Amino acid sequence: MDIQLTINDISLTVPEGMSILDAARTINIDIPTLCYLNLHEMRMNNHIASCRVCVVEVEGRRNLAPSCSTPVFSGMVVKTDTLRAIQSRRTMVELLLSDHPKSCLTCAKNLDCDLQALAADLGVRNISYEGEESKFEIDKSSLAIIRDPNKCIRCRRCETMCNDVQTVGVYSAVGRGFETVVKTAFDLPLHETSCTFCGQCVAVCPTGALMELDQVDKVWKALNDPTRYVIVETAPAVRVALGEGFGLEPGTIVTGKMVAALRRLGFDRIFDTEFGADVTIIEEATELIHRIEHGGRLPILTSCCPAWVKFFEHQFPDLLDIPSTCKSPHEMLGVLSKSYYAETYGIDPQKITVVSIMPCIAKKYEAARPELGQDPVTPDVDIVITTRELSRMIREAGIHFDLLKEEEFDHPLGESTGAAVVFGTTGGVIEAALRTAYEWLTGQPLENVEFEPLRGMDGIKEAVIPIGEREFRIAVTHGLGNARTILEKIQSGESHYDAIEIMACPGGCIGGGGQPYHHGNLEILQARASAIYKEDRSKTLRKSHENPAVLKLYKDFIGKPYGEKAHQLLHTSFTQRRKI
Amino acid sequence: MCNNPLLKDPYQLLDNYIDNLPYKKENLIVILHHAQQLFGYLPDKVQWHIAQKLDIPSAKVYGVVSFYSFFTMKPRGQHVANVCMGTACFVRGSEKLQQEIENQLGIKTGQTTSDNSFSLDSVRCIGACGLAPVMTVDGKVHGRLESTEDINQVLDKYRTEARD
Repeated sequence: MDIQLTINDISLTVPEGMSILDAARTINIDIPTLCYLNLHEMRMNNHIASCRVCVVEVEGRRNLAPSCSTPVFSGMVVKTDTLRAIQSRRTMVELLLSDHPKSCLTCAKNLDCDLQALAADLGVRNISYEGEESKFEIDKSSLAIIRDPNKCIRCRRCETMCNDVQTVGVYSAVGRGFETVVKTAFDLPLHETSCTFCGQCVAVCPTGALMELDQVDKVWKALNDPTRYVIVETAPAVRVALGEGFGLEPGTIVTGKMVAALRRLGFDRIFDTEFGADVTIIEEATELIHRIEHGGRLPILTSCCPAWVKFFEHQFPDLLDIPSTCKSPHEMLGVLSKSYYAETYGIDPQKITVVSIMPCIAKKYEAARPELGQDPVTPDVDIVITTRELSRMIREAGIHFDLLKEEEFDHPLGESTGAAVVFGTTGGVIEAALRTAYEWLTGQPLENVEFEPLRGMDGIKEAVIPIGEREFRIAVTHGLGNARTILEKIQSGESHYDAIEIMACPGGCIGGGGQPYHHGNLEILQARASAIYKEDRSKTLRKSHENPAVLKLYKDFIGKPYGEKAHQLLHTSFTQRRKI
Repeated sequence: MCNNPLLKDPYQLLDNYIDNLPYKKENLIVILHHAQQLFGYLPDKVQWHIAQKLDIPSAKVYGVVSFYSFFTMKPRGQHVANVCMGTACFVRGSEKLQQEIENQLGIKTGQTTSDNSFSLDSVRCIGACGLAPVMTVDGKVHGRLESTEDINQVLDKYRTEARD
């Protein structure tokens, strides 16, 4: 039912139950917010009204109303811009700032901070309140996420994201009153919890309370050490988001400029994680066919996403044998750099440093997993930095990114197909696998390589794909809450699938925790996904098993896919972990 | 701790209690109260056990326990004294009462004596304003505690019990 109200003397009709904030937005009146975050498509709506920044005056109401969580009613008269409302907002921000470190200049979130932007917008020029300041220890325990509760403003977006969307539930508001802060269970260091390091909490944190572990300096050191041979690889999702860090439109494809920038930064070789993705498909498709032919357990689950891997290790230990044993593409590229490439070009693998540029925070943790290396001192990948960290490095080096001429990846580990590009978005890994599995199983060329039902932002996508005489039941999910739904259906026997793709981050890697901040605008994710498919269409080769450099790798070095050497280098194992 | 020798495994008792509840996740606070009765307090291990049993995140349990002052994560003394700091008691001098008890027991509010005989906490109004200032010991209300003498009398009673 629709009701009528007025906001700032403008009469409007909106559905009953809508918040004042949303109603005001329908007539282009923006009320400032801070804790509020509505990511409808991800099924996240944080409207706990803890910050009181969005307050407005409602006629007949004594106190001010938080517009994010106050529903409209018929005949309501709202004023959003009165002196009282404006001063209250400013006071709220001043109070928040009175218990917030004044270290904006050195904060990793400087110029990307919602609190900072709000203080600027509201004209906060001095902080009239001097009082107690919270003092908490900074949690540097994990290899991926740094928690600085001193910068926490108790908006609880991270908690809502972790509980409602990811269903991991690492965070909770702990304590009461002024002492309240968002913490882990029993104040455990993050690395001792069930945290998957997906980094979606970082993606929605309005301040610098949650940040990725900054590893830029480690990269600078490697680049400046003449004894190191530094190889860099870039994930598919990076090239459709990096431009945002330099003011380019979301969805701008900057592959060539990115390669040029990396060459300017001084990397010895610039390889493409997409080569690793093509290898992943060869291995995963072979593994799937092997399971079908030998009566192995189905469905096969993709294992490219390290946050998803850690999720099932904690939450579904009884399903530990169904994910593919394939390492993730960047790990494959890392190990191939230190074996195949090193051997072919006569480079001492001990002298090679592999740096991965990832849209992901969990990859930092993944790279440090002890089983992902040939020996304890030779990890497959040495350093992982995020898209955000790379854009900072480029700025630090004084490179005019937008003026760079496009350049090409180095051979041979820089060659890739369209199948590898689509790895960067939800549905892509399965689509890439199907392009290869179809041709291998039927012996027929696949004419239309685009699998529309597997694309798009729906949380759970299902399709039945006929391949030869067999029908393949496929599911695609993104967001760990959706993954949980699917896995519970498998456990209960309610659903049967042959293959499932799971990516921890909503939207897939394009929405990764290490990407430029979307600040709540999910159209940015759509634009990145479209760019991924555009990049795929621009490739001559769109099936992984057609990548000539990959075929040469198998012929000269690996031998049979899913064979002995492949197992030694390209496959891994999983560990049961405690659920906290 | 529970003194009943029949109740060997408090975890088993807690599980039985939870199993018999019609709603489980919805009854977290009730379950925590019961667990505190069984264990005397709510250490991490008990909170974790409840989280696993209810299939909810441990952080959520911890958040709830840390919010309510009736829940304690530290072992408590044999007797638990709570001084009322509600408005009526406060204006009738409960702050002095609190200080006096702190002096007598040699601990601060929120602590437990080294011999484990007393824990001291504060509560907001318990609804006995006519008797202000009041404190409860093990749930029993003691009112009009205005002089050192009054306080001594009450504490002595429990001190004797503790020795027995």
